[in-house]
Amino acid sequence: MSERQPLLEARGIVKRFGHVVALDGADFELYADEIVAVIGDNGAGKSTLIKSLSGALQPDRGEIRLDGRPVRFRSPGDARRAGIETVYQDLAVAPSLDIASNIFLGREARRRGPLGRALRMLAKRTMRREAARHLQELEIGVQSMSQPVENLSGGQRQGVAVARAAKWAQRVAIMDEPTAALGVKETRQVLDLILRVRDRGLPVILISHDMPHVFELADRIQIMRLGKRVAVVTPQSHTMPEAVAIMTGATRGELEQALVAEGPPADLPAADDA
Amino acid sequence: MDTSVQPLWERSAVQQIRRFLAAPAVGPLLALLLTMAFFSLKSERFLQGPNLSLVLQQVMVVGVLAIGQTLVILTAGIDLSVGTVMAFGQIVMTKLAIDSGYSPATAILLGILACVVFGMLNGGLVAVVRLPAFIVTLGTLNIAFALTHIYSNDLTYPPGESGASSLPSALLFFGRTFTIGHTDITYGVVFMFVLFALAWFALTQTAWGRHVYATGDDPEASRLTGVKTGRVLFSVYVVAGLMYGLAAWLLISRTELGDPNAGQTTENLDSITAVVLGGTSLFGGRGTVIGTLIGAIIVGVFRNGLTLIGVEVIYQYLVTGVLVILAVSVDQLTHRRRL
Repeated sequence: MSERQPLLEARGIVKRFGHVVALDGADFELYADEIVAVIGDNGAGKSTLIKSLSGALQPDRGEIRLDGRPVRFRSPGDARRAGIETVYQDLAVAPSLDIASNIFLGREARRRGPLGRALRMLAKRTMRREAARHLQELEIGVQSMSQPVENLSGGQRQGVAVARAAKWAQRVAIMDEPTAALGVKETRQVLDLILRVRDRGLPVILISHDMPHVFELADRIQIMRLGKRVAVVTPQSHTMPEAVAIMTGATRGELEQALVAEGPPADLPAADDA
Repeated sequence: MDTSVQPLWERSAVQQIRRFLAAPAVGPLLALLLTMAFFSLKSERFLQGPNLSLVLQQVMVVGVLAIGQTLVILTAGIDLSVGTVMAFGQIVMTKLAIDSGYSPATAILLGILACVVFGMLNGGLVAVVRLPAFIVTLGTLNIAFALTHIYSNDLTYPPGESGASSLPSALLFFGRTFTIGHTDITYGVVFMFVLFALAWFALTQTAWGRHVYATGDDPEASRLTGVKTGRVLFSVYVVAGLMYGLAAWLLISRTELGDPNAGQTTENLDSITAVVLGGTSLFGGRGTVIGTLIGAIIVGVFRNGLTLIGVEVIYQYLVTGVLVILAVSVDQLTHRRRL
C-alpha cells in the first residue's frame, strides 16, 4: 500500500498561531478510493491540518502534494479549483435558495445562445434536472429541486451539502464533522451517503469525534496528538479503546515509537511521558 | 428513486394554506386589495382612472428608490441615504443644466454618476471595510445632505418663481404623458415598471441575483461555496446608487424643479416601508421586487386615500410610521430564523 503514490499528501506541516503551535510537523496521506478519518482530542491539530488541506489556512512550513506535485492553496477557492471540496459541520447552505440553486451556487449554468451570453440568463431547468439526477444517484430522497433548503430537515440539508461537494470535487471531498449538528437518524443517512460517495470513486477525508462512526466508515484512521500524527491505524488492526488510548497519549502510537527510537529532531519538544 | 428513503414531510391542508400565504407577494397583494377596497368605499373618486394614475405618479419616485433599497435589504443591509443621495443627484442635474450650461444629457449623466459614486462609497465601506450598513448610510445620508446644500447654496433650481419653462425638456421627460382611454399616464410610471421588470430579471434569472440572495441569507456559507460576497455587496450598493440617480431624474420630472430640501423625510421611510410591506425580510435573503412594487403602491394608496378622505398630512406620517412597524413585526414573526 505504501508503494502507491498518495493522491493527496502533506509533509511536515507547521502552523503557529502566535506562540501556540497548532501543527508541529504533521504528515498526512490520502490514497484513491478510500476514506481516511482524522481523529484527535481538542487542540490536537486536526482541524488546522484539514484547513491547510482545504486552503482555509496557509501553513507556515511544510509541503502539500496533489498527485505527487507540490501545490499551494492560498484560499478555499484555490483548493476548490484543484478539485478539493469541503463540507462543513454547520450546514453551509443558503437556506432560502432552492436545492438546485444550492448545488450550483457559485457555479451556475447559463443558457446557451444570446439569452445566456448577452442577458446572462440562467439555465434553471438544466440545473434542476442535473441536480435531481445527481441527488438520485446518491440516493438522497427529496421531492422537488425547487423547494427552499430551509424546508428540509437538517439531515437532508447536510445531504445537499455533501451532494454539492460530491458533484464538484474532482479529486477529494473533505467532511469536517459532517454529522455534528444532526440527530441519530439523520446522522445515519449522512454516513451512508458518505460511503456511497466513496464507492463512486471519490476519496473522502472525514473529521469526526464519534469513534463508532469513524470505525465504521474509515479505511484508515490517522490519529493526531499535540500537532503531530502519532499513528495510522485501521479498524482491523486496532480496537476503539486502543485508538482512544493513542489519541489521549495513554499508549504511544507506532509512529511515535519510531520517532523515539530515532531520537526526536532537535527542534521538537520531547514527547511527554504517558 | 430509492424507496427506502422515507418521504420527507407530509403536507396537510393547513400547511398548504400556510405555504400559499407565505408565498412571496401574496400577502402584500391581499393587503393592497384590502386597502384599495377600504378607500373605494370611503371615496368614490378613489377608483377612477385619473386618480389611480395620480397614485402611480406619486409612487414612481419612491418605487424606483425602493428597488435599490430592496437590493440592499436582501443582503441584510439597510440604506438610509436613499433620499438625500437622490436629492444630491437632483441638484447636480438641475444646477449643471441651468447654471453651468451643460447639455441636458450631460447634466443628467453627471447627476446619475454622482449617485453612483455615493453607491460606491456605501458599497466600499460595507463590503471592503466591513462597516455596518446602518452606520455607513447614516453617515452618507448626512454627507449627501450637506453637499446638496453646499452645492446649491440652498437655492432651488430654477431659482425664483420663473416656472418650469427654464428647465430643459429632457429633464422633464418622465413627466410627459400619453393617454389610454381617458387617463393620462406619464412616461415615468412606465419607466418605473420597466425598471422593476429589469430588477426582477436580474434577481431571478441571473447568477448575480442568486448570489445577492445567498449573500444575504448566509454570507459565510456563500463565501465558502465560492460566491464572491464582497463583490456582490459592492455591486448591490452601486446598482442602488444608479436607481437613486434615476429616481432623481423622475423627481425633477414630477416636481419640475431641483429642490435641496427634497428627499429628507418621506422618501427614506417610504422606501423602507415599501420594501418591508412587500414582504422582503430585514434579515436578508428573502423577498422579491414584485412585492416591493406592491408595497410601494400600498404606501402610495395610503397617502392618496388619506388625502382624499380629508386626513391631514401630519396624520399620514403617523400612519406610515405605524405601517412600517406593523410590517416589520410581521416579518419578525414569520421569518424568524429557523434551525
